[in-house]
Amino acid sequence: MKQYRWLAYPYAVWMIIFIVVPLMLVLFFSVTAKAPDGSIVLTLENFKKFWEPMYINVLIRSVLLAVYSTVICLVLGYPLALILAGRDFKRKNILVMLAVIPMWMNFLLRTYSWMTLLEKNGTINAFFGTLERLAATYLNMELTLPRVNILYTETAVILGMVYNFLPFMILPIYSVVSKLDRSLIEAAQDLGGNNLVVFKRVIFPLSLPGVLSGITMVFMPAVTTFVISRLLGGAQFMLIGNLIERQFLFSNDWGFGSALSIIMLLLILLSMGFMSRYEKENSGGGLW
Amino acid sequence: MNNEIILRLVNISKAFDGTKALDNINLYIRRNEFVTLLGPSGCGKTTTLRIIGGFEEADEGDLLFEGQRINVLPAYKRKVNTVFQRYALFPHMNVFENIAFGLKIKKMDKRVIEEKVNNMLRLVNLEGFSKRSVDSLSGGQQQRVAIARALVNEPEVLLLDEPLGALDLKLRKEMQLELKKIQKSLGITFIYVTHDQEEALTMSDTIVVMNNGRIQQIGTPQDIYNEPKNAFVADFIGESNIIDGTMNEDYKVTFLGRQFDCVDKGFMPNEPVDVVVRPEDIKVRPQSEGMLVGKVISVTFKGVHYEMKIEGLNGAGYVLTVHSTLMAEEGSVVGLSIDPFDIHIMKKGLKA
Repeated sequence: MKQYRWLAYPYAVWMIIFIVVPLMLVLFFSVTAKAPDGSIVLTLENFKKFWEPMYINVLIRSVLLAVYSTVICLVLGYPLALILAGRDFKRKNILVMLAVIPMWMNFLLRTYSWMTLLEKNGTINAFFGTLERLAATYLNMELTLPRVNILYTETAVILGMVYNFLPFMILPIYSVVSKLDRSLIEAAQDLGGNNLVVFKRVIFPLSLPGVLSGITMVFMPAVTTFVISRLLGGAQFMLIGNLIERQFLFSNDWGFGSALSIIMLLLILLSMGFMSRYEKENSGGGLW
Repeated sequence: MNNEIILRLVNISKAFDGTKALDNINLYIRRNEFVTLLGPSGCGKTTTLRIIGGFEEADEGDLLFEGQRINVLPAYKRKVNTVFQRYALFPHMNVFENIAFGLKIKKMDKRVIEEKVNNMLRLVNLEGFSKRSVDSLSGGQQQRVAIARALVNEPEVLLLDEPLGALDLKLRKEMQLELKKIQKSLGITFIYVTHDQEEALTMSDTIVVMNNGRIQQIGTPQDIYNEPKNAFVADFIGESNIIDGTMNEDYKVTFLGRQFDCVDKGFMPNEPVDVVVRPEDIKVRPQSEGMLVGKVISVTFKGVHYEMKIEGLNGAGYVLTVHSTLMAEEGSVVGLSIDPFDIHIMKKGLKA
């Protein structure tokens, strides 16, 4: 194998140029500031700036929304992953496809389409209106359907996150559960376990590595997203991702933007470390 | 062993995707009996076991447990426990939790569970292992945990699906004796699946030889070895020379161009038959004393004996496999003799 080591060099170069160097730059910007005379000074000013209720609230809101959507993804995704991993072959392929197909479409496009659906005069409301009119004309019936009015609210942002990130919850759980040794399930049945017991004592504990990677894979993009919150949350709905974006694109405060990025990075590293420790206790492979 | 029948399979058939896996299996198993289902892979022995365990449902026929039909009774309600081929130990539990699994489901008292598990650990020689993770155990130890996990539930019948297949030869032999000992001391019915004929001969009270989804022969190890019912059984249980012959009259059979005395009767005059002779039953003699004369074409040392291929010299065009503790030189011409009771006659067309 040793003589093939050079094959890894391009990758190493790639990593250094596009991952290590930018990270270093971000770190550099976060701890420096330009003094009035043009010289660069070391400072923690950027981090101090973050300790304002306004910014802390943005962080809390980001984490909370990410937690909500992760929980919803788990509640929706876990049963689906179990069904997918079940034994029924013909239907299984179609279901797996349905779960994955949205991922083939452009992320922005998907999110824009939700805007169209949820707008005041959007597709859903228009459809309800049509139904009401049809009812009035042909059935002589006063039909009042509720109107969807959630665009530019927290709900819309969570909806967008769940929709976009659900496959990332389903797939790792599906892959762990479908690789589960069937004889373990049979052994549990053999020892007197009915379906509920088999699930509680064998299937669920053994699916935890998948659940943990699912949680990580949904939580991380959810907490840092800025596209979903900007499109579906509107201008007033600022998440940490939007805040960072704003520093670079509009406020031109690279130092503060970098500091925010570093804080985010530490937060994610911390939660990942926590996860991986938990995972080790449970033994079994996962994403990390 | 008493004569009470605990389990009965009546006309059981099972197909997978249109392929018959079991074809009209009839079998009864007595309480405390050690029954081995023996056959090559794909013969249906594991399917039979899985039907008894409740992991497959028979397409046709009845499965009777103590006289009750249990075809559709789910696995968790059967008084049967299984030792799985690859052990199937729960990787997220330690040794104690694995063994206690069945007892905890029955919501037994904690202290009772502890006592029972410890008794089991002692029985399988794993005292002091209760806190170990199952991944840290060797194959043989995992095997013992799997056996303890099944036995602790005090099943009426224990099913074992090639439980020793993954162990090395020496460990396998030890475990064979140990399993037999456990079976005797606990007085539990064992149904044991294996493709290893020696294992079957060593451990069983009764052997059920299977091939192509059908039962070929049921009998004690001695019966199966000494009186194979057809060429398949003869060939599968130990090595055999299976030779075309003709039954001239009662106690007289002609094969390899010569008439031999034998102990079989009840065939039609001059009925074509299969003649089975075990390699160790052919004796190598000086040329002048042999009933047959042959030339040694190869000699292989096998440890306990030499295996020789001997080609007949009377133009009949046959090669016999002979096992002997004495070696004849390759290329030498020797005489061969066979005793009448070592010649087994089987009807033609029973090759399964």
